[in-house]
Amino acid sequence: MRFPVKTISLAVASAFIVFGCGKEAPPPPKAEQPAAPPAKPTVTVKIGHSSPLTGPQAHLGKDNENGARLAIEEANAKKLEIGGAMVTFELLGEDDQADPKQGTTVAQKLIDAKVNGVVGHLNSGTTIPASKLYADAGIPQISPSATNPKYTQQGFKTAYRVMANDEQQGKVLGDYATKQLAGKKIAIVDDRTAYGQGVADEFEKAAKAGGGAIVAREFTNDKATDFAAILTKIKSKKPDLIMYGGMDAQAGPMAQQLKKLGVKSRMIFADGGCTTEFHKLAGDAGEGHYCSLPGLPLEKMPGGKAFIDKYKATFNLDIQLYAPYAYDAASVMIDAMKRANSVEPAKYLAELPKTAFDGVTAKIAFDERGDVKDAAITLYQAKGGKWEALESIGGAPAPAQPAAMEGVSGMSGMGAAPAPAAPAASTEKK
Amino acid sequence: MKSDKQKALLGMVLIGVALALLPFLIGKGLGNSWVRVLDFALLYVMLALGLNIVVGFAGLLDLGYIAFYAVGAYLYALLASPHFGLHWPVWAVLPLGALVAGLFGVLLGAPTLRLRGDYLAIVTLGFGEIVRIFINNLNAPINITNGPQGISQIDPVRIAGVPLSKTFEAFGLSFPSVYLYYYLFLALTLLIVFVSIRLEDSRIGRAWVAIREDEIAAKACGIDTRNVKLLAFAMGATFGGVAGGLFAGFQEFVSPESFGLMESIMVLCMVVLGGMGHIPGVILGGLLLAILPEALRHGAVPMQRALFGQVLLDPESLRMLLFGLALIAVMLYRPAGLWPEARRKREFLAEKAK
Amino acid sequence: MDTFIQQIINGLVLGSIYALVALGYTMVYGILGLINFAHGEVVMIGALTALTVIKLLADSGLPGTVVVLIGLLAAVPVCMALGFTIERIAYRPLRNAPRLAPLITAIGVSIVLQQLAMIFWGRNYHAFPPILPATGRDIGGAHITDVQIAIVLLAVAIMAGLMLLVNRTRLGRAMRATAENPQIAGLMGVNINIIISATFLIGSALAAVAGVMVSANYSIAHYHMGFILGLKAFTAAVLGGIGNLPGAMLGGVLLGLIESLGAGYIGDLTGGFLGSHYQDVFAFFVLILVLVFRPSGLMGEKVSERA
Repeated sequence: MRFPVKTISLAVASAFIVFGCGKEAPPPPKAEQPAAPPAKPTVTVKIGHSSPLTGPQAHLGKDNENGARLAIEEANAKKLEIGGAMVTFELLGEDDQADPKQGTTVAQKLIDAKVNGVVGHLNSGTTIPASKLYADAGIPQISPSATNPKYTQQGFKTAYRVMANDEQQGKVLGDYATKQLAGKKIAIVDDRTAYGQGVADEFEKAAKAGGGAIVAREFTNDKATDFAAILTKIKSKKPDLIMYGGMDAQAGPMAQQLKKLGVKSRMIFADGGCTTEFHKLAGDAGEGHYCSLPGLPLEKMPGGKAFIDKYKATFNLDIQLYAPYAYDAASVMIDAMKRANSVEPAKYLAELPKTAFDGVTAKIAFDERGDVKDAAITLYQAKGGKWEALESIGGAPAPAQPAAMEGVSGMSGMGAAPAPAAPAASTEKK
Repeated sequence: MKSDKQKALLGMVLIGVALALLPFLIGKGLGNSWVRVLDFALLYVMLALGLNIVVGFAGLLDLGYIAFYAVGAYLYALLASPHFGLHWPVWAVLPLGALVAGLFGVLLGAPTLRLRGDYLAIVTLGFGEIVRIFINNLNAPINITNGPQGISQIDPVRIAGVPLSKTFEAFGLSFPSVYLYYYLFLALTLLIVFVSIRLEDSRIGRAWVAIREDEIAAKACGIDTRNVKLLAFAMGATFGGVAGGLFAGFQEFVSPESFGLMESIMVLCMVVLGGMGHIPGVILGGLLLAILPEALRHGAVPMQRALFGQVLLDPESLRMLLFGLALIAVMLYRPAGLWPEARRKREFLAEKAK
Repeated sequence: MDTFIQQIINGLVLGSIYALVALGYTMVYGILGLINFAHGEVVMIGALTALTVIKLLADSGLPGTVVVLIGLLAAVPVCMALGFTIERIAYRPLRNAPRLAPLITAIGVSIVLQQLAMIFWGRNYHAFPPILPATGRDIGGAHITDVQIAIVLLAVAIMAGLMLLVNRTRLGRAMRATAENPQIAGLMGVNINIIISATFLIGSALAAVAGVMVSANYSIAHYHMGFILGLKAFTAAVLGGIGNLPGAMLGGVLLGLIESLGAGYIGDLTGGFLGSHYQDVFAFFVLILVLVFRPSGLMGEKVSERA
């Protein structure tokens, strides 16, 4: 065929034009320090944030971004001075649609924009591939909600998270189910996502170790609304307890459908279902179920109540799920910068392992992989349309706690888990 | 005037130089994230060219094409990662991926031979979903695909011992990883374009077009429609398999979420929007639809500021909204595609005149 | 045994929901030969519109069923207007275009509607207020709620109504003529544009009904709920023979039964290897099997290839 020189050169030329026109945002200026400043110089520090802002998980993604934004705004209000300059923080929020491919594109975009740190991503599926890019660029990354253990097992110095991972949480749930709730026959359902399956598998291991018998293992997906078939099957096996690994959007309708089928057994699930949305979606059928959240009860934490109120006042929305963790992640980052007295990634990265920060979710310290050390996990039960804290387990498999800590401040929950049996050894599991 | 051959040579050299310099121009001008976007765009172009064989040449509506991409990607992941502890080199895995994908193409095509039009669409869609669901669940009783967790720490592509995941210094220039992958993808894209052009201009290609236009007449002319259709599926699938393997090496992580129905639909849009059956059109469609969402991601906020003085809508919602509107608008103004074959344009104009 | 009956009931209810949506799909396909990808999104908009109205009236003291009916009456005109607009803007100009062009615009419309719904109603999941009575009946140890009974009866009633419309009325005759051959029908005095618009209006009204029933049954609505529903309904329509009304009903019910019984029993039958995690796959497997032996679906007519 004749070689179409004209058409192809035209195409290439227009491609250049398209790219040229694509350049809307001018390259961001690097943090500049004018020489010998008489007045305090100012510096803008960009913090990147990535989560799904469109698609089925958009409500959670926006929630994360809002939490991080709140932390940034508070830091700006404090007018911090770091490394001899007045610092203004700016949040660059991006949408990764929970798609690993877009996660890496967004990561590259943030790296190009020369962010000093990244709070993100939300899903493990996006966090893991992006973490490699951030590691190569030396940009510290703190994820508020990615729970796949692999994330911190990759050995990247820049990878951190402020939430207990699936292994930690699944284990606590499994122990609780067989010991405190005395479950003998347990059914497990997961939503076949990395998160749901991860936490369900860990739960299964711990429950079996605790003497429970798994009478049914069923599956659904994260977009489903109809669970009648699997619930009917589970009903026929007469379990004491039903564990669901997945999110509130399924847990709520599932609770309703269980009630419709006349199943009396309670459900127990991990952080994915432990939200106010669950109560909205389940209605009356939500009573009596159990769930767990990493960290300590938000209302009982110092600064927790203030956070809830401020969030509602600023965004006119209820906290969905992970906003407090995003808030803590951003705060930890800023705290490390303060301690290093520098906003440069290389400098404050060295301070991150030494973090001992009082966040609104927990007292945050990192182990050598970047996971939260001594991750406390709190168990809740649905009472009167709200989640009521039952007890906090400092990551210990054996119930080192005395009887249920209702109404007791979360902090003493931590203190009452004294050194002996407890934390360090058990939370090390990876 | 220079002869045609000299003109062609000059044209090729010019384009070659432009393509070689492109990552530097874009990387320094717009940022490395745009080079990464370009890398993904090239992968999509490969996919679009593959689907073009099935939909464009042979006229078989395939809504599950991404399954072959998944097969190629997972094969690479299984053979070159810590998952099974195998670390085969890329020159072994990619051809194997193409072969296995081709086999899948035949497998998935076989039951569809008697189906017409939209029944074919739903069956291929079903196959796409079946492959994805199997990949998502084959982690028990034996762990083959590691289920929804995906496979991570996949070996990057290594050419002559040099991993493409690290910056490479040569000739006094430094080539970041995204540039290196760009050259690799470009080379393979050009190969696939070459193969497509040769296929189009061959007996098989003409047989495909005959089947697309009128299957019964084609049969009457002695074309073995069964084998020719299977060949279409197989060839299209091999391109997808190659692209999939490259994707796995590039991202170093694969999970079932990347291979959903929306991806299949996106590739189909690229083929139809660009100009079904016309190779330059398909390339254009692929580039455009891969780059447009990213351009909107970068441009949505500044554009709103320029037009309205403030940001009215979330850039994320606006991005997808504009993308959908773009699809509608392009099809309304250019129903035959942005750059259709000359034949199709004539057909369409004749229809309109009626 | 009561488990088995319950699974059958589950399947029937699920199937009726698929059938409700599939009827809309199949109507449009029968006349235009177009896969209306945006149909699922119209269902979603119907559900969310009705939900907004229902939430407003939830505390008004009116009985639950009346509130739902009012919500439905609000949703139907909105969906009809939407369907009419979509047809005029995105499909009519492409009536003579290559076959795949309207498919792409349909996909574009689907994306646009999802984004508009997200902007208008927000990203969160919306709960259906608990105003409907949660009563039900027990059949042989299995439980079925009144809402679910309503869904099944509604699906049958609508199908019967549509059959009457298509086979016994002038409009129906015009529709059949247009489906057969638009040009000749035009020559015989049928106003093609009006007929096609009417088809879309009816299909969209059905979508509104389906949307309200789905959100009432599952007590949840979300801007992304239309996609999967549309996909399943499309599968059901093809299973039954696309373009065929009883086929859509049959396909829908069959699909629901396959999914329920599959999820309920295949796990045990294969020793846990293929369990409920493959429930979507069973449906497709059956579809492929059916299409291999009956290439036009269960009730599809043998379409002769025109030269």
